[in-house]
Amino acid sequence: MSAVVFARHAMTPAERLRDAGWVAFVGLILGVPLIGLTTVDVGGRLGVETRFGLLAAFVAAAFAGRLALRWGIDHMRNRKLAREQASTTTAAQRAHGAQRLVNIVGWVALGASIALPIVYSDNRYVVDTATTVLIYVMLGWGLNVVVGLAGLLDLGYVAFYAVGAYSYALLSTQYGWGFWEALPVSGALAASFGILLGYPILRLRGDYLAIVTLGFGEIIRVILVNWTEFSGGPNGISSIPRPSFFGLEFTRRPAEGEQTFAGFFGLDFSAMHRLIFLYYLILVLALLTHVFVSRLRKLPVGRAWEALREDEIACQAMGMNTTNIKLSAFAIGAMLGGFAGVFFAARQGFISPESFTFTESAIILAIVVLGGMGSQMGVVLAATLLVLIPEFGRNFSEYRMLLFGAAMVLIMVWKPGGLLSHREPTVRLQATGAAASDKEGAR
Amino acid sequence: MSAHDKGTLLSVRKLTMRFGGLTAIDDLSLEVPAGKITGIIGPNGAGKTTLFNCLTGFYKPTTGTLRLAHPVRGELRLEKLPSHRVARDAQVVRTFQNIRLFPKMTVLENLIVAQHNVLQRASKFSIAGIFKLPGYRQAERAAIERAAMWLERLKLTHLADDPAGALPYGIQRRIEIARALCVDPVLLCLDEPAAGLNPRESAELNELLLYLCGELDIAILLIEHDMSVVMNVSDHIGVISYGRKIAEGTPEQVRNDPEVIKAYLGEDEDEAEEAIARKIAAEGSNEEGQPA
Repeated sequence: MSAVVFARHAMTPAERLRDAGWVAFVGLILGVPLIGLTTVDVGGRLGVETRFGLLAAFVAAAFAGRLALRWGIDHMRNRKLAREQASTTTAAQRAHGAQRLVNIVGWVALGASIALPIVYSDNRYVVDTATTVLIYVMLGWGLNVVVGLAGLLDLGYVAFYAVGAYSYALLSTQYGWGFWEALPVSGALAASFGILLGYPILRLRGDYLAIVTLGFGEIIRVILVNWTEFSGGPNGISSIPRPSFFGLEFTRRPAEGEQTFAGFFGLDFSAMHRLIFLYYLILVLALLTHVFVSRLRKLPVGRAWEALREDEIACQAMGMNTTNIKLSAFAIGAMLGGFAGVFFAARQGFISPESFTFTESAIILAIVVLGGMGSQMGVVLAATLLVLIPEFGRNFSEYRMLLFGAAMVLIMVWKPGGLLSHREPTVRLQATGAAASDKEGAR
Repeated sequence: MSAHDKGTLLSVRKLTMRFGGLTAIDDLSLEVPAGKITGIIGPNGAGKTTLFNCLTGFYKPTTGTLRLAHPVRGELRLEKLPSHRVARDAQVVRTFQNIRLFPKMTVLENLIVAQHNVLQRASKFSIAGIFKLPGYRQAERAAIERAAMWLERLKLTHLADDPAGALPYGIQRRIEIARALCVDPVLLCLDEPAAGLNPRESAELNELLLYLCGELDIAILLIEHDMSVVMNVSDHIGVISYGRKIAEGTPEQVRNDPEVIKAYLGEDEDEAEEAIARKIAAEGSNEEGQPA
């Protein structure tokens, strides 16, 4: 078996050497003008200098690199073929391996995200961007409940984000509520809006559902723009209080009879303290969201959401009340969006309807779809990509959004099911893949 | 087959279902005895699946009553219950002609979802579940054990962790029956469970149906075209054509009923349907009925 595989895909060592030799030759021809010769400034005039040592290194690198590349590609191909042909591993086992890899990547990502503000403690741009990524991760996890798990296409998710943000903004500026008191209340408010949206659209599915949710998102935004006495209209709401660290403010000078964060810990005041605190705050909120959603997914309600996505009629035939299941998905998704909104308002200190346009909904939906519907780690990957691509794209100025669109198209072509389309079962009969393979052997 | 009579479980009285001008079921009356297997046969488009949809709450009948004598909850009127309550409260559970599993979920998950109501109650609005309280964990273990029991019995254990949608057709049929059994049915309505099965699988299905009915006392209502299944397991058979009941009785009686032979079993389907149409037309004009 393996002989056949090798004959089909690998080259002999001589062939490989010849192949690498050709590449090195092309490298040499290109390298002579590019690397071998260079201009230097000789007393105000241009002179030519040779760098044949560097050229030799370049050619050698091309040769070795080509060898390694060919060898690597052949090796990967063989492994893939061998896996497909000799079906000693079951689909379940492969999936199990993939899931383990995802878990490892998840822990590494968590470690990196905890270490990030320590490493970049004086880089405002990095911490700010990372905070934005985490807001989108949290929004993505919230929408994942509605779209990824329950399969209800929601194009107006930003409405709940807006409800959360405006609840906190109004509660804090009008009634002097603090961040931690406002957080649960705003979440509950967003959840009730979720139920409010859920009721009229219980009977709708697919395209029709998407249109109504789109309309709902716009209604909320238009109300915020036009109801000036309530929301400040297009001017928005400014000077929203920032969250404090257990009562310690992040200001240069303490208020009357209070202490500042820097003063309390005997540090020099730095504007970065607040940013880093906000970063860790959203990290904790996002992690809580993750634990909450992952647990829910393994509970009856989570399985019911997934069953609803798979087949609504079968759900009813199994005695499940699909009304309650849909409403619970909308309510929980909306609540998580509301929490993210509260954080957004507290971080920005200023909100206006500008921040809650349809584009935001589309980006959050894109995060869920690109990540792979229902996949928690996929959302993290996609949120990181979708925030970072436009950031890196700043060098390309006006082509930035073009790059963004092209990246989305490429991902969907390359991975139609999203970046991580593997679905981990919520419960297994066999505890591990090993037990499954024992059974396979026994049969 | 059950030896003694346990009374009527479901009685369908003067059931009519109209879709606009089309009458899918026309004044149909039928008794489904408790603890027995009742077969429903009839040509394609006779209204068999419509009858199931009326029974399980997916359609609201135009007129007529569906009374279920539930062993615990007493008499229930199925035509007044929404579909999820038919399964949850009346414990009348169905399978579908064109299999409706939850394809991306594993076989085991499919069976656990079927126990949603029990588990949801145990999870106390998910609060007990979120914190993994012992009460919920116990309920979950029981649900898994129950699912594992049915998987074992239907020889599906080795497939428990595979996505249901990826499995062969005959196996999906068995999974659908296993899933229905996890709802703990009083009346199990099977819509063409033998469609797409090979003869050996059909024989296994027969065995399973007799076991469910004989040992577990579950009444079964069976729509089936495969005569080797219907004739061998049914205690009682109703024949429907154009929404009307044209014959009823034991497999023996139905097999020997000249109308049924002529209309359904003996001739090819086109002729059979014509013959039945003629018979119905004749009955309409003359109560005695003319030989076709």
